Amino acid sequence: MSNLTLDKAPTVDTPSAGAPLRQPRLPRWTPLGLAALSAALGTGVGLLAGLESRIQWGLIAALLFVALNFVLTKAVEGTRQAKDRLATSLVWVCFLLAVVPLLSLLWETVNRGVTVLDGSFLTHSMNGVITIQPGGGAYHALIGTLQQIGLATAIAAPIGLLTAIYLVEYGTGRLAKAITFFVDVMTGIPSIVAGLFVLAFWIIYLDMGYSGFAGAMSLAILMMPIVVRSTEEMLKLVPNELREASLALGIPKWRTILKVVLPTSIGGITTGVMLAVARIAGETAPIMLLVFGAASINNNPFNGAQSSLPYYVYEQWKLGNEASYDRAWAAALLLIAFIMVLNLLARGIAAWKAPKSGR
Amino acid sequence: MTLDSPPATAPPPDADTDGGKARTRPGDRIFSGLARGSGITLLVIMAAIAVFLTWQASIALAENQGNFLTTFEWNVNADPPVFGIAVLAFGTIVSSIIAMVLAVPVSIGIALYISHYAPRKLAAPLAYVVDLLAAVPSIVYGLWGALFLVPHLTGLYLWMDDYLGWTGVFAYEGGAARSLFTAGILLAIMILPVVSNVSREVFRQAPKMHEEAALALGATRWEVIRMSVLPFGRSGVISASMLGLGRALGETMAVATVLSPSFLIDPSLLDPGGGTFAQNIAASFKEVSPAGVGREALIASGLVLFVITLLVNGLARLIIARRKDYSGANA
Repeated sequence: MSNLTLDKAPTVDTPSAGAPLRQPRLPRWTPLGLAALSAALGTGVGLLAGLESRIQWGLIAALLFVALNFVLTKAVEGTRQAKDRLATSLVWVCFLLAVVPLLSLLWETVNRGVTVLDGSFLTHSMNGVITIQPGGGAYHALIGTLQQIGLATAIAAPIGLLTAIYLVEYGTGRLAKAITFFVDVMTGIPSIVAGLFVLAFWIIYLDMGYSGFAGAMSLAILMMPIVVRSTEEMLKLVPNELREASLALGIPKWRTILKVVLPTSIGGITTGVMLAVARIAGETAPIMLLVFGAASINNNPFNGAQSSLPYYVYEQWKLGNEASYDRAWAAALLLIAFIMVLNLLARGIAAWKAPKSGR
Repeated sequence: MTLDSPPATAPPPDADTDGGKARTRPGDRIFSGLARGSGITLLVIMAAIAVFLTWQASIALAENQGNFLTTFEWNVNADPPVFGIAVLAFGTIVSSIIAMVLAVPVSIGIALYISHYAPRKLAAPLAYVVDLLAAVPSIVYGLWGALFLVPHLTGLYLWMDDYLGWTGVFAYEGGAARSLFTAGILLAIMILPVVSNVSREVFRQAPKMHEEAALALGATRWEVIRMSVLPFGRSGVISASMLGLGRALGETMAVATVLSPSFLIDPSLLDPGGGTFAQNIAASFKEVSPAGVGREALIASGLVLFVITLLVNGLARLIIARRKDYSGANA
């Protein structure tokens, strides 16, 4: 490492032949020591100046650490090493800066969510509950969410799967190119726009009422491109030898796809669909426009307003009192837990099925 | 995939012997028809989105008594409805820019941390955690933003007002910090995982040979990153940022929960007020009467949002596509 500094080394090293070729280096524990020092200094400054916010203490300490590290390294090891240290500390600071709000979010949700999240919350609706009082639950929202994402998956998964099969197994020419392009475009559609489309088409033009199914349609629009993308990637991983072997045995192409290609990639495809479900399970905006929200249990997604977990969170937040905030946090915790479980399951399936993909 | 077509096209020559198109088994025809049909369904949906939004928007625009682009008002329930998107466009763009300015450098830092700085054993779980964070629903960010972030930002805003208030942009009169700047901060937190995930993948693909060559010449780790990783990843980072921007522009619930909207353009970003396209749709949807053109007017503003996000996403895809050629030649 220090060999590059030859331009500087000769002037320093030539006088005494026994002088070390290595540049002086700071001991390995320097960053740790500096971190402790600047933390102490930050606390000291914070206490002396009477700063209330602990965040400010942290920021002062972080600034001190970066500055001290730079100055010290520059004095001992030279400018290039100092710049390297500066970059390293900045990257660490960036990382910590990003982790803090994310941890705080998870902490707040778990901490405030568990207060009312219990069996009664999971089995009761908000029907007849006075909103400023504790009580009530999210059962109706849970039912709504499950039905809506179930319907959305039932619409989006087959279409997405078949589209991906078309793109990988059949698609050539302009149609395939157009589909690829528009799938990309579709991934970027904001959820509220998907909601507005179904509003314009289903509720304004066809004059249907608000229903869970209307929400499911907009969720399906959001889900389709994700399913297509992930399935496409998975199908591309299936080795061509498998297809060729099957076709060489005289098996029709459609049976080759159904019996050879899909079973080989089914793990990855399931993962993709589950991740897509996790994505749409948290969508609020289209639900607000199309499902409208209801306080009571409605088991029929095709008729009448329903609720859904994310919409329930919004609704309870909007009521603006402590009891409803508690319910909002509990529902948010439930939603996060649901999505995390889906995510973990999906990745579990991916890991479990991965060796079979023949790569 | 490329090898796949020969076996598919190979049969016809020998199938020709038993006369013309013998290879069209009914099963094959049905299945390929289904596959092609769902692909076309997707295109039809996209077309339908554009057609229906434009159609409904034109109904609203025909009734509009104000200028759609410059009116500072959203009065759709009035008898001659008057509405314009000036404030919404301003708020959407400003909050997204704030989000980008805050999120992109930090995301690059996180991406570099995971790809080059983190201890080997920590890198994979960290990447996994960031992946999971990208899955947290926006309403949860919104709830956290409204109940935790907003009260905690007052101190910072007072401090900014003390030192930067003279600019006018960072003037703050006190009160709840439910402003465009707060929305920008929350959006930044939300798009962090998105931008850093894509950037991380790009940084990871940087040619190992270049890095090792730089190290062999005695470069420090930062010099390696500056000379071989960042130039390679530049277009990837740009497109990652654009994808993040697309997400920030269309974000609804997080903005709707932290912003207290008004139809004024306030030069101060820290004072409450303003609005964004998506936030306005979410906030005023329940107040419009189905009788007038209220819903259609919201659809018109949604159409503008749709077009903007299409442009941003299209640009991002274009940059990614160009990069593919570049990295292919480089590999």
